[in-house]
Amino acid sequence: MATQLKRTELIFREDIDYSALMRKIMKMGKEKFIEELIDSGLRGRGGAGFPTGLKWKIVKEYPDPIKYIICNADEGEPGTFKDREILDKASEKVIWGMALASYITGAKEGFIYIRAEYKYLKTKLRIAIDRMEHNIKSLGINFKLDLIFGAGAYVCGEETALIESMEGFRGEPTNKPPYPVNEGYLGRPTVVNNVETFVNAMIIADIGAEEYKKLGTKASQGSKLFSVSGDCCKEGVFELEMGMTVQQFVDEFGDGDTKAVQVGGASGFCVPRKEFKNTIIGFEGVPTGGSMKVFNSSRSMYNILENYLIFFEEESCGQCTPCRVGTQQLLHGIRAVKRKEKPKTYLDELLRLAYTMKYASKCGLGRSVGNAFTSIIENFREEIVY
Amino acid sequence: MSNMINITINDIPLAVPENTSIFHAAKMINVHIPTLCHHEDLCVAGNCRVCVVEVEKDPNLVASCATPVREGMKVLTNTSKIRQARKHILELLLTEHNINCIKCSKSNACELQNLALEYRTDDEIFLNLRKPSRPDISSYAIQKDDSKCIRCTRCVRTCAQLQGVNALTMAYKGNLAKMSTFKEKPMAEVVCTNCGQCINRCPTGALTERTYIEEVWNAIYDPTKHVVVQTAPAVRVALGERFGLKAGNRVTGKMVASLKAMGFDSVLDTDFTADLTIMEEGTELLSRLKKVLVDGNTSAALPMFTSCSPGWIKFIEHIYPEMLPNLSSCKSPQQMFGVLAKTYYAEKRGFDPKDIVSVSVMPCTAKKYEANRSEMRDSGFQDVDYVLTTRELAIMIQQSGINVLTLKNEPFDNIMGASTGAGVIFGATGGVMEAAIRTAYELVTGREVPFERLNITPVRGFEGIKEASLLIEKVKPEFEFLEGVELKVAIAHGLAHARKLMEAIKNEKTFYHFVEVMACPGGCLGGGGQPIPTNPDIRAARMNAIYKEDEKMPLRKSHENPEIQQLYADFLGEPNGHLSHKLLHTYYTERERY
Ligand SMILES: Cc1cc2nc3c(=O)[nH]c(=O)nc-3n(C[C@H](O)[C@H](O)[C@H](O)COP(=O)(O)O)c2cc1C
Ligand code: SF4
Ligand code: SF4
Ligand code: SF4
Ligand code: SF4
Ligand code: FES
Repeated sequence: MATQLKRTELIFREDIDYSALMRKIMKMGKEKFIEELIDSGLRGRGGAGFPTGLKWKIVKEYPDPIKYIICNADEGEPGTFKDREILDKASEKVIWGMALASYITGAKEGFIYIRAEYKYLKTKLRIAIDRMEHNIKSLGINFKLDLIFGAGAYVCGEETALIESMEGFRGEPTNKPPYPVNEGYLGRPTVVNNVETFVNAMIIADIGAEEYKKLGTKASQGSKLFSVSGDCCKEGVFELEMGMTVQQFVDEFGDGDTKAVQVGGASGFCVPRKEFKNTIIGFEGVPTGGSMKVFNSSRSMYNILENYLIFFEEESCGQCTPCRVGTQQLLHGIRAVKRKEKPKTYLDELLRLAYTMKYASKCGLGRSVGNAFTSIIENFREEIVY
Repeated sequence: MSNMINITINDIPLAVPENTSIFHAAKMINVHIPTLCHHEDLCVAGNCRVCVVEVEKDPNLVASCATPVREGMKVLTNTSKIRQARKHILELLLTEHNINCIKCSKSNACELQNLALEYRTDDEIFLNLRKPSRPDISSYAIQKDDSKCIRCTRCVRTCAQLQGVNALTMAYKGNLAKMSTFKEKPMAEVVCTNCGQCINRCPTGALTERTYIEEVWNAIYDPTKHVVVQTAPAVRVALGERFGLKAGNRVTGKMVASLKAMGFDSVLDTDFTADLTIMEEGTELLSRLKKVLVDGNTSAALPMFTSCSPGWIKFIEHIYPEMLPNLSSCKSPQQMFGVLAKTYYAEKRGFDPKDIVSVSVMPCTAKKYEANRSEMRDSGFQDVDYVLTTRELAIMIQQSGINVLTLKNEPFDNIMGASTGAGVIFGATGGVMEAAIRTAYELVTGREVPFERLNITPVRGFEGIKEASLLIEKVKPEFEFLEGVELKVAIAHGLAHARKLMEAIKNEKTFYHFVEVMACPGGCLGGGGQPIPTNPDIRAARMNAIYKEDEKMPLRKSHENPEIQQLYADFLGEPNGHLSHKLLHTYYTERERY
């Protein structure tokens, strides 16, 4: 475990000759690079943390002549703004990362699904896409990339909902299986990765797994971008080595009066002060897509929870019972307790419900509503009741 | 042969074919898992979550209807975690639900009610989230009550997948998500065909038929009215299901006996006008064929489409208005009956048509709409006053205190009560075609159709689109133009199949002379007014019963029906004659496609 918070500077570096790097990988061979990617321990940066090498391998080996690569740039998690930063500052790297995925898996077409608010990046991305398409053709690879703008629903960041939305249907998560790697966009095997994941794949292509693994922990290799906001001494996007404790993070970013950190946004976990020291930020502890929200003692945890629940009540796609009705019950439930219309023991009823939502919801949205809810209720019960 | 997958369910080992869902695998060993959004006729949704089960090593529960088995999978279907989740889910649904089972027409047949009872759910643990809303009663046929909807999307899937109509859709998201229509318009103003298939699959009382039970009782109780009732062929093979009989039991005689006991003045048979339809439609087909084949007149559109299914009529008016000339101008048997009840019947029996109340019992909800079409008033009155579904009839029988199963069989009254096997098979997909061929072939050649015991098996069965052809040889002199013609026919049931067939015809991929379309899966036997539940097995049993009834009829060809012969002799003159055209034929209206 890292003892001191380590700033890294890998993600935004664009002083790379992408064509040359691509040639290097082509020489190395697809199999070899997949091994390298698996060996690097890279896990998806969109939140779920699926091993990226394995994902690419499955798509590569799936017997279908048509495959797709999708970059998930929907970035809807409250308090997350790191993908925007990457697309702005390292657009070429993302696009070449997708090209790399296309070469490895055999996909000839790709899409960047980008949230509507980031429309201002359109020209920049188009230019980068054109350049990549041109350069990669001279390497003998055909890869066409297009931009698709989302309609602003949080749930459309969920990969199956994203694909439904791309196909012109209601943006609703579908049953898994089938997974996108087998039956994705238009029923074809599809790689869906977060913006940052593609960038990390490029870093690994550049420096190699060995070097990459020097950063982070066994479960959480490499570095990661964090979107820091709230009651902090510095706001913004920071690249940090994975595997730090919340305490280390707070020491660097807190305002000296931090009572809790919400790791992973509305769908993440609330870590209270007493847990700072023994909570690791990463897949072995509290995973995060990047959002780090710092709260000091002036904040009411009730208000924070209520805000999250208002968000979920609206952003649930509404198709499955535990999530659609559960979010409403949690929201109105804490309000009823606050107003003394329900006894404080009602929170226990709601906790049980939160577990049902976690177990029985159809997609990650409904399953993760319980995270924020249980971690806040369990640690700040008093603030909810009084 | 597909691969077999070994799993255990509640520690019981079993092997099931690849791609079987956990739910279906459990069913094979008689382990029942509750469901709400799952339906045998529909694609998987996996959204109610009440079917969740535990799978070893998975920290979450999985939806058994939506999860295929995996080799070595260990499934548990009854654990404390599962029970708590199911109970929660039901309790959550109830907090949104306008629970008023006592007044709800779905009571006793409601899947939500049944599960809520089974799990002893408490609808007051959580907060009341009910939103006030009024039922949409704009449609003559379909009543939609959002306050009873559990958003299972069965109706949406039915309308899209089985019917290809897409009148229903999910709207909004989150707490506002609801089942709705295009721009939230009332049901009467959308592309809905009134087929009622969504009703048959709705697990709750959110979709029901508009009911006319009170109106019919009032007519029966009114001494100044002469109330005639006609019953469609598919009703008698399904009604028994509402009284505990297995699907496929015919209760024709008992149904007639109960209608009489309830106080209807005359209990008559839609099969009679089914036979009449064959005479009119068959004649129309022959004259279209003659126009095209002899006179080279292309204004006579071929193929000719049958017109007995009002759901299909509204569908083609909305979706394929350019094909309306192909539609036979014949009214449906219900409407032929209605107009004759207030003309021919009134005259013969000596009633003033204004005193006649004409009721029909149908397997169908679209007929409720049809009876209210403004063009269906050729008798000078509304030809059919009230249309009841099979389900409503069952309720009325219960209300009248009759134990239908103990009644002695009784025959239909006269006149307009006689029928043939050809009229009976109208209730099954392919039946109109078979009846038409039995009569037309004989009319043209003077010989019976060349099929064993008159059973034209190629047009029978549940295949979505059926095709058949029949060589016409050694014709009578007046049909010389048909000599050597290979008559090509096609049959579609379920509007999604109809749509496919229409596309093929429109794009001139295929040519037919005559096409039968029934809006509902399986034909009228699977109609939107039939007892619930419905599934492929139930429909197969009903179909079987229909063909059995046909086989046991002494007369099996429409033109042999003595009352039909009498009707032409005494009243109509000849098929497609002047009076027929006035009373038995109609026209169609192009409608918007939203
Ligand atoms: C409700 C919900 C929203 C999500 N939003 C995003 C998002 O905005 N961006 C993203 O990359 N992944 C998002 N995900 C995760 C994706 O489903 C998917 O796991 C991810 O794109 C895979 O890429 P990765 O393996 O590179 O992380 C979301 C998941 C859920 C359940
Ligand atoms: S969990 Fe929520 S967002 Fe996911 S499918 Fe269910 S209702 Fe939709
Ligand atoms: S829909 Fe079912 S549960 Fe609801 S009121 Fe009707 S019978 Fe009762
Ligand atoms: S009645 Fe038929 S057409 Fe109308 S909404 Fe229901 S399924 Fe669709
Ligand atoms: S109307 Fe009925 S079938 Fe349709 S979503 Fe609601 S409950 Fe389900
Ligand atoms: S029956 Fe399986 S989720 Fe509804």
